[in-house]
Formats: sequence, C-alpha cells, structure tokens
Amino acid sequence: MIGQNGSQQQTTRQARVQAQLQAARIQTERGRAKVLSRTDLQSGKYQRLLVMTAAAVLAAGSLLYASQSRAAGVGVHLESPRIDQSNDKSLQRGAQAFVNYCMGCHSADYQRYSRFAQDAGLSEEDVINNLIFTTDEAGERTKVGSLMSNNMTKEYGKQAFGVAPPNLALTARSRGVDWIYTYLKSYYVDPGIATTGVNNLVYPGTAMPHVLWDLQGLQTPVYGEEVHGARPITGLELTQEGSMTPEEYDGLVADITNFMAYMSDPIKETRHRVGMYVMLFLFLLLGIAYILKKEYWKDVV
Amino acid sequence: MSANDRKNSAQHASADGSSTSNPAAVDSSLADQVADPKRRRLLVQGVAAVGGLGAVALAVPLLGSMSPSARAKAAGAPVQADISKLTPGQLVTVEWRGKPVWVVSRTEETLKHLEEDTERLSDPASEVEQQPAYAQNAARSIRPETLVVIGICTHLGCSPSYRPEIAPADLGADWDGGFFCPCHGSKFDMAGRVYKGVPAPTNLEIPPYRFVDDNTIIVGEDSGVAA
Amino acid sequence: MSSNVEKQGGGVLGWIDERFPLTKMLEEHITKYYAPKNFNFWYYFGSLALLVLILQIVTGIFLTMNYKPDGNLAFTSVEYIMRDVNFGWLIRYMHSTGASMFFVVIYLHMFRALLYGSYKKPRELLWVFGMLIYVALMAEAFMGYLLPWGQMSYWGAQVIISLFGAIPFGIGDALTIWLKGDYIVSDATLNRFFALHVIAVPLVLVFLVAAHILALHEVGSNNPDGIEIKKNKNAQGIPKDGIPFHPYYTVKDFLGAVVFLIIFFAIVFFAPEMGGYFLEHANFVPADPLKTPEHIAPVWYFTPFYAILRAVPDKLGGVIAMGGAIFVLFLLPWIDRNPVRSIRYRSVTYKILLFTFAIAFVVLGYMGMQSPTPVGTLISRICAGIYFGYFIALFLVSRNEKNKPVPERVTS
Repeated sequence: MIGQNGSQQQTTRQARVQAQLQAARIQTERGRAKVLSRTDLQSGKYQRLLVMTAAAVLAAGSLLYASQSRAAGVGVHLESPRIDQSNDKSLQRGAQAFVNYCMGCHSADYQRYSRFAQDAGLSEEDVINNLIFTTDEAGERTKVGSLMSNNMTKEYGKQAFGVAPPNLALTARSRGVDWIYTYLKSYYVDPGIATTGVNNLVYPGTAMPHVLWDLQGLQTPVYGEEVHGARPITGLELTQEGSMTPEEYDGLVADITNFMAYMSDPIKETRHRVGMYVMLFLFLLLGIAYILKKEYWKDVV
Repeated sequence: MSANDRKNSAQHASADGSSTSNPAAVDSSLADQVADPKRRRLLVQGVAAVGGLGAVALAVPLLGSMSPSARAKAAGAPVQADISKLTPGQLVTVEWRGKPVWVVSRTEETLKHLEEDTERLSDPASEVEQQPAYAQNAARSIRPETLVVIGICTHLGCSPSYRPEIAPADLGADWDGGFFCPCHGSKFDMAGRVYKGVPAPTNLEIPPYRFVDDNTIIVGEDSGVAA
Repeated sequence: MSSNVEKQGGGVLGWIDERFPLTKMLEEHITKYYAPKNFNFWYYFGSLALLVLILQIVTGIFLTMNYKPDGNLAFTSVEYIMRDVNFGWLIRYMHSTGASMFFVVIYLHMFRALLYGSYKKPRELLWVFGMLIYVALMAEAFMGYLLPWGQMSYWGAQVIISLFGAIPFGIGDALTIWLKGDYIVSDATLNRFFALHVIAVPLVLVFLVAAHILALHEVGSNNPDGIEIKKNKNAQGIPKDGIPFHPYYTVKDFLGAVVFLIIFFAIVFFAPEMGGYFLEHANFVPADPLKTPEHIAPVWYFTPFYAILRAVPDKLGGVIAMGGAIFVLFLLPWIDRNPVRSIRYRSVTYKILLFTFAIAFVVLGYMGMQSPTPVGTLISRICAGIYFGYFIALFLVSRNEKNKPVPERVTS
C-alpha cells in the first residue's frame, strides 16, 4: 500500500516537472524568456531588500523595546533585584513583610488572600493566621476570600501624608521591580524634610516615611564635588545600624519586591505554562498546514 | 464503498479544477494531472481535526469566563449564623450565595404534624435529591427541631412566605402550617415538602450545613468540606 | 452510504438555493473567484486583517460581559477581569494584543497596495473603502484605549479631544465640551466612548469590510506584477493566470494564519505588555484628572501622525497637517498618474521615493513616542516634509515616468 502510494507520488512529481518544463518552453517560444528572467532577478533583489528592511525595522523596534523607560527619578541608577516568582518561600516572606510594614497605609485590593494562598503553596489557615490582620466592614476579621484592603480611608491618608497612599497591587507594573527595589534601599536622613526627616534618592520628596528604618538603620548622603554651586549626592552611607545586616536587609527588600511583582501579575507562571502548550500545538498545526498547502499548490504551474 | 468514494472525490477534484477530465485545465494555471486525492482528503481531514481542536480549545476560556468568578465564589463562601436567640416557631433568614436560607425552630407539635397525612405530599420520603444525605429523613434536617432550607420555590424561583399558623382563613382548614408561594400558589409543609396538586415539582432544597455547636450553624459547608 | 449523504446534502442545499443564493455566493466569492497565481508574502495581510477583526469582536463580546463603563469602576473592573474572571487575563490580553496587531497587519496591507499600485484604476473605490476602514479603525482603537481608565487612557483622550479645540471661531471649545459631555474627560466621556466602541464603530467597520471585499471581487485582485489577469482568458472564460481562491488560497491563507497566530500568541502569553508598547506602563495607574504622567505618548500606531502634529509650531496648523496626512492618502489613486501599477516595472526614481517615504513614516513613528527635544522636532519636521513631499513628487514624476516593459502574463 505504502509502496503504491510512493510510486504514485513519484509519477505525479514527474508529471509536474514535465509540465513545468513545458511551460518554460512555451515561454521561450513566445520570446519573452529573456526579459522575464531579468525582471525576475531584479524584483527578487528588490524583495530581498524589502525583507531586509523589514528585519531592520523589527530589530530597531526590539532595541526600542528595551529602551522604553518608565518614569523614574532622573539620573539614578536602578538596581535589579534577583527575584524569582516561582520561589514560594521568598513570596511568603515578602507577603509577611508587606502585610506588616506596608498594608497599614497601602491597600492592595485587587489581590485576594485566598488566591495568594493557592499560588504560594499555603493553606488558607496559614494565611488567616499569619497574613490577615485587618477587619471587614462588620468589624469581623477579614475573610480569606477577600481583597487585600485596609481600613485607611483616602481622606485620612491625604490628611496624614499630604497624598493618599497609593494602591500597591500594580506598582511593579507601573514603576517596575527595579524601581521598587532601589527605592526601598535609597532612604537617607534629610533634616530638610520636616514631616518624616528622611528623603529618597529614587523619589525625591517622597511623602512616605522610612517604615523599614529599624531594620535597615539610617543612611546619610555622601556628597561629591561641587557643581554649579551645589554638591550632588554620589552615594549613601549607613551611619546607624539597624537590626539587620545590609545583606539581610537587601534580601528582605528583594522578597518584598518579589511579592509585589507577583501581586501585579499573579497569572504569570500559569500564562507561561499554558503558552508553551499553545505554542507546541500551533507548531504542530503549522506543520500539517504547510504540507497541505504544498500538496494543493502542486497543481499550480 | 471505496469505489464510490473514489468516484465522488474525482468529482470533487474536478470542481477544484484539478482533474484530468477538467476542461478548464486546458490553457490555465492548473496542471492537467490530478494529484493523489486520497492524500489530499487525509490532509484536509487532518488539518480540519487539529484546527477544530484548536477552535474548541479557544472556546474553553471564552465560555469558561462566564462561570462564577473568584469574586462570586468568595461572596458565595459558607456563612455562619448564630441561632441562640431563635425562639420556638421563629424563622430567621441567612443569606448564602445571594439566596435566602431559612432557619426555623420547630416545636414538638409541628414535628408531630409532619408525620400526619403524608399522602397529601408529593414526595414525603424526600426521594428526589433535594437535600444532602444527612437530611433525607422525616424532618429533613440534622436536628429535628431545626429546619435549614433554601427559601426559593422549586417552581419558578419566587420566595414563598412563612405561614406557621394552623388553618388560616385564606389557606383552608387542612393547613398545618408551612410555606406558601404567592406567585403560583405552591404549598410546602414545615419540612419544605411540596404538596400534591401544586405547580412546584419538588421539595424545597436543603443546603449543605453543619452545627459548629448548639448555637451556631455554618451554611454552605458539610462537616469538614465545603460544598 | 456516502452517496446517500451526498444526495441528502444536495437536497437541503437545493432547497436553500431556491430561496437564497448560497451556492451562487460561495462560487462567486470563494470557489470560482479566480485570483492571480503569483501572490507573494505581501498578500497574506488582507485575510489576516479579517482574522484579527473576528478575534477582536469575539474577545470584545466576552470582555463586555464583565467590564463596567463607569469612572469609579472601570479601572477596577479591568483588574477584576485580569484576576477574578476565569481566563479573563487571556481574553483581555488577546484583545489588547489584537488591537496592536490589527495595525501591524493593516500597515503592511496598505504598504502592499503602495508597492504594487493596487489603488489604481479600476480599484480606486476599493482603496477608498480601505482608507475608510483605516480611519474607522483608528477611531475604534482610540475610543477603546480610554476604557481601561488608566493614566494613559485618560490623558491620551484628553490630548486627542483637545485637537478639536483648534477649530477657530469659538466652535472648537464648544465642540470639545460637547464631545466630552463635561468640562473634562469624565464618566460621561467614558460611557459614550464605550457605546461607540462596542457597537457603533464595529457596525460601521463590518459594513465597510463587506463593501471592501465586494469591491475587490468585482474588479478582481491585483498582483505583484500589476497586470490584469482578466485580459488573458482561456476558452472557458477563466483567466489563464488565475486559480480558484478555494482551495488554493484558502490553504495558503490558512498557513499564513497559523504563522500569524504563533506570533500573536507568543506575545499574548510571553510579552503581553510588549515592553510598554502594547500596554503602556503608566496605564497601570488609575486615571487621575489632577496629575498628568511625566511622559505621555499615544500608542505606537498613532505616533507617526502625532509626530506630524507636534512638528508644526501652531495649534491649528498642526491639526490641519495631521488631518491632511491621513486625507492625502485618500487621493492617492489620482495623485499617482502612472498607468503602470507594480513597482517592479516602474522607474528607479519611484523606488527611491517610496523607500524614502516608508523610512520617513517609520522615523515619524519613533519620534512620536519620544519626549519633544529640539533635535527630535527638527527630525520630525524633515520627515513630515518628506511625507507630504512624497505625494507632490509622485504627482509630478508619475506623469512621465520611465517604465520598464510590463509582461503580458504574470511571472512566478
């Protein structure tokens, strides 16, 4: 059966070659073969040029892609944390710090506690006992299926800080993880700020106090050479130690950043996994679609 | 059959303009040689099958998006109710998944009525699955004195009214207390069992529930597992 | 057995055909529509545009089921779709990626028309319908972009609506307020944009697409050689260089669709923000009428025209230049006076002109994304000059162009 098929195919192919040859002969007879071959060559060249242009444009686009910057404090180098969204332990530590240090003022009410439990490999009891410290409208402890919100009203926040503390659930997408990581590491003592006594290199004039100061300690600026009558800050120096070593503090900040990155895009891991299957499927479909097209286009001479 | 098939496919092929017998092939862009029709059919079927699978796979998320979301599920989580202040004969309504769930404290007398005249009921033994297994008993409850039932008529979804009085003027002399649906007149007894000759087809639904202690119940959750 | 099924099918089909021209339409538009056999890479984008349109409509329907067009709820409802709705993230990313990919496909489709002169007689109306689709699509995309109610949505809408304020004699200000339904972009604006985005403009789009395809099948497809295949018919009246759309182009376009879907889903699953080009970073912050983001730019598909707008140092002038840049495209069939269609048989001058035009368009697109700088503005001005200069030069050059001999039959 297979052999028969094969020989059939062969005859078809032979017939095709013959037909092609015949077509070529007809063209030669009409005396246009020479003209055709020249224009063919030129148009081919032109198309190659176009394809290359398209490729160049794409390449340029992907370069731009990398350079499309987020709005950040001008001239501050942002550090990239080493984080991994599939590291459950890191996410759990980050969440713990987040609910303790951030959620007093900041809400994150797009994210559900129960969803985090599911994604970070925790039981709902773990989350209820370790992460939920707020109460709901009825005054009872917030339910595990609820969004991560707090009880601070916008009005109160505005009164206390001048601006209402923003929702942090999407900050990793609007500012970027590097920004968050560097921001949390860039507080320094600035007596010029009357309200909090601290300032931030990444976000000068930030209204947020340094809530992690007892962990990090306090940093003071190192000034460089005088330029245009002002001395720019070239670095920060730890002048009062906190309860953590700088390495421990960096690790904690990375965990918080990781948790915020998770919160901004909780579906990421699933998305990538499903995406792999979809790609595999489409490549399979591509294969047979290609064979089908080839098969039918045998007819076209 | 296969001969027939081949003939058919040859006809198809000629419609495509690729058969030997196709006059259109003369002086056209199509070869006057028909290619292997069997291989073509196989390929078309293969692509249709795989492509169809893809289309079905795409329909899953689209249609799946219409089922209850995480928010709806969180809102429909089991609810806890304190029944310590429930007096005999009283009904309190608890909201579970947006539906009214009635908790009724039944008196000894009411329970006695449940045993009587059961031939008037359409499903006295609760054989239709309208309750968890632990509520498939005469009183349709875990503890006889406490009825927990979803207050939605099984006819067309109205919420019946609670009529515990015996033989009121409007419901007739044989009324032993129960639930009366004002929409289409369906009647249920004090265990939510439907009477014969009314539009409602089945008894009222008993939700999954459990007692945490004597004074507290959780609706929407069996012992241990959420329903 | 199979012949039985056949007969039965024929019976039903016959019954329908007596009452509705089903077979006739299928033959006219698919099985007996003869398309030139020499379509190349550039000819995939028409069918792909149709595919994206369908994807957008389908995903849009399901998004509408959970989206709330309310100034207080819109942003949250999008996050609700992204997190709480089952597969909502997939549907939303497909829709947002689809918006950008629609323009990728349309721009390539339009460039194909420029390459092979597909707008020339007798395809002027086909081109005009296509241009109307393009304009409707821009309106659709613009209004759709407001719906997530993020900072970019908000301020983008604010800037674009303000363009109408350039109209003199007091009409402009009144018009912008009427368009917004309020003194600022507000809940009222969001609600009407929603109405226009989900029903009004899509209806217009579908109607125009139908007209576009009908016009195409009336005049027949152009091809990379730019010659009329209808001029060479065999005894049966079938173009010698034509092949039936089905099965030849259905299988070919299907292959193209699969390649497209690979790219499309690669973006959806692995880079839905596309580095801030498809979903802008600032749009993850809810709309705040009191605070403009530090750097605002339209989404990439509008930036060439946005750059032209900024290149003109006068409000009204800029708006006119931007509108003119789109309007001049409508006139292309009458600006290009050369009867030879395909770039393959046109002069070197034309090739250089078109190439420069394409580069200028891309550069304008880049400039439109950047914050304005003196150098950037200068480059934008030069490119805007090239953009309009192309049409003037084309009008002059195309009259007496040195063409190459056009073949009788298509080359493969």
